[in-house]
Amino acid sequence: MLETKEMQPHHVKLPDGSIEKLTTTLNLGPTHPATHGVFQNILELDGERIVSAEQTVGYIHRAFEKLAERRPLYQITPITDRLNYCSSPLNNMGWHMTCEKLLGVKTPKRVDYLRIIIMELARISDHLICNSIVGVDSGAYTGFLYVMQYRELIYEIYEEVCGSRLTTNIGRIGGFERNFSDTAFQKLEKFLREYPKVLKEFENLFTRNRIFMDRLKNTGGISAERALNYGFTGPNLRAAGVDYDVRVHNPYSSYEDFEFTVPVGSTGDNYDRFLVRNAEMWQSLSLIEQAYRKVQEFKGAEAEVYHADAPAYYLPEKKDVYTKMEQLIWHFKIIMGETEIPKGEVYHSVEGANGELGFYLISDGGRTPYRLHFRRPSFIYYQAYSELTKGSMLSDAIITMSSLNLIAGELDA
Amino acid sequence: MRPVRFNIHPKQGEPNKSILMTEAPEGYSGQGFFTTKLSDVVGLARKNSIWPLPFATSCCGIEFMATMGAHYDLARFGAERVGFSPRQCDLLMVMGTIAKKMAPVVKQVYLQMAEPRWVLSVGACASSGGIFDTYSVLQGIDQIIPVDVYVPGCPPRPEAILDGFMKIQELVGKESIRRRNSPQYAALLESYGIQ
Amino acid sequence: MALTNEIIQQQLTEKFGDQVYNFESPFGLLTFQSPKEMNLKVLQFLYENENLQFTFLTDLCAVHYPDNKGQELAVVYLLHNLRENIRVRYKIFTDIQQPDIFTATKLFEAANWMERETYDFFGVNFIGHPNLKRVLNADEMDYFPLRKEYPLEDQTRIDKDDAMFGRGGSIF
Ligand code: SF4
Repeated sequence: MLETKEMQPHHVKLPDGSIEKLTTTLNLGPTHPATHGVFQNILELDGERIVSAEQTVGYIHRAFEKLAERRPLYQITPITDRLNYCSSPLNNMGWHMTCEKLLGVKTPKRVDYLRIIIMELARISDHLICNSIVGVDSGAYTGFLYVMQYRELIYEIYEEVCGSRLTTNIGRIGGFERNFSDTAFQKLEKFLREYPKVLKEFENLFTRNRIFMDRLKNTGGISAERALNYGFTGPNLRAAGVDYDVRVHNPYSSYEDFEFTVPVGSTGDNYDRFLVRNAEMWQSLSLIEQAYRKVQEFKGAEAEVYHADAPAYYLPEKKDVYTKMEQLIWHFKIIMGETEIPKGEVYHSVEGANGELGFYLISDGGRTPYRLHFRRPSFIYYQAYSELTKGSMLSDAIITMSSLNLIAGELDA
Repeated sequence: MRPVRFNIHPKQGEPNKSILMTEAPEGYSGQGFFTTKLSDVVGLARKNSIWPLPFATSCCGIEFMATMGAHYDLARFGAERVGFSPRQCDLLMVMGTIAKKMAPVVKQVYLQMAEPRWVLSVGACASSGGIFDTYSVLQGIDQIIPVDVYVPGCPPRPEAILDGFMKIQELVGKESIRRRNSPQYAALLESYGIQ
Repeated sequence: MALTNEIIQQQLTEKFGDQVYNFESPFGLLTFQSPKEMNLKVLQFLYENENLQFTFLTDLCAVHYPDNKGQELAVVYLLHNLRENIRVRYKIFTDIQQPDIFTATKLFEAANWMERETYDFFGVNFIGHPNLKRVLNADEMDYFPLRKEYPLEDQTRIDKDDAMFGRGGSIF
């Protein structure tokens, strides 16, 4: 197990040929209080110091990619919900946009802005969980209990828009399933009013907290080069000092109309990751405010637009299906797979809460994808975990795990 | 009735009415004494001090977090102490997809728990495999361990999880103290290959 | 000078001649192929050439085309030049009887698990990979589930109506 001479502990001398080891093997996971979700880490410990770590994943492998080959496009959205379930709407929207790219559907501006509202809400709720869990793992339970309550506000908005809290299945190819109700906007306003205070207080609890800083600083760090080589994206990459953000580099859903900054860190350690996520929440808040203002500017008939004019792909609203002939026909055609799906290969990516969430869709003209591959950020950066934790204390390794924001559903697909 | 609050129009809670005291079991009481069945007393004590072991693997686990949080607060039902050691816990709450790779682990955790133990299966995945009728997913945890209460939903709302929990409480409260020694129970475990 | 698809294509053909072919740009993403033996050379050229600098491996996956005899498995790399913000997609095809391909782990650490996943799903054998074993499925599994001939459903279930759930025939 021990790779180099220097890494071996010197204080013990074992006789030649002894079956004893100089290190302790600790099996962390797959069910362990400190691992969120199911990961197994086999750690070699010298005292409390980690000499090497080997990760095993796949404990909730659900075969999304195979499943997707059997489902028509609009039925794949529920699968994407379950990728990163802390921010399902982001995945949903990413998938819709991939389909729209393939099908050549152009969404109206209002839809784009509404989507941005929902996506940024999802980003906030994801970062909120991640950061408060970092708090829990470093011994500060309060923050978690406190912000969990405000995540409910976000869930209530989802509920108002799509009827579900966590696995949202929000939106359709081409837009939303229905217009946002007044209540939804009221709830959004309430959120915008109350949330900044909460976030401020959350930061007050943690950011300059001496114990918290000591626990997080200089643990689990990674350099920008290594991070890139490991395929890091998202907040974890930005914490290492690379300002790669899909929203800026390959804008989708009219992100180019907005003003926001991309927070970056420098050392890529746990503390930077925490700060970057916090700063991103502020940016998301401002994005939501901007988008909400833009949405309010639409007047007259434009203010009622909530989907693209693409009857061949947009599943019509249910009440129209019951009352209108044309809508009924389209509904039937889409459900029965009568509409034409172009052949082709598309790759589309969105800035998920953990980084670049990509969809590689190969269509052979059938109603189901020929192949669908998800680029799942956590799967890719979790490889670096053994490098991140090598030489650190066991208790730091736990914080590193939570600050990477590993989501088992996304990791194992 | 549980008080329901909506956030837009805040209502004042009525603490005096919404606090529910446990009712004493049936029995015969006189001055300074009270007689009842041992089973009832034990059931009463057990049901209001369940220690859950959350076995959260995926999305349903996130709803469980919400259930644990201040808003829904599982602690109101006497389940304040969420234990993470199977040896100390009474209730195994399986939340989330259990892949075939994970199945032996679930069984192991179940075996490590001491009697009496109950199992709550939360969500479609744990109960039946859910939407994942795939080669890698276990089609319901009842293939490997006996389950007491199933909570449907994908994911179930926190209210539903609480409801499932209350169903468990009911079961626990009514259970006779002899049940775990009965031949039927041994046969049930035997059918899962547990001695 | 901004890097464009044309420049990349030109540079590649200059270096490799007719060993790189089938250039196309679906949805603006330059896609090309080469023989499978060339994969490391091409990747390294893309990585190290100072004009190209495709140093970020975004994605790696495989696709199974059972009808494409002799070339059943495609391995697809998606590379990103973060400076110029441009991507390329690079494909190689291999025979399913002998799916041997050189590993890219020496260039990209990120390729490690992606290749393991590809092995797990499709059985592509990455030569030189430090630890090529299944990553998502259990080690005991003896087939490669994402190949088209294997069924999706769990075959052990008996409580569902087979006609409705795909076992024993496909509804599509
Ligand atoms: S039942 Fe639904 S929400 Fe729960 S784990 Fe399964 S897929 Fe996720």
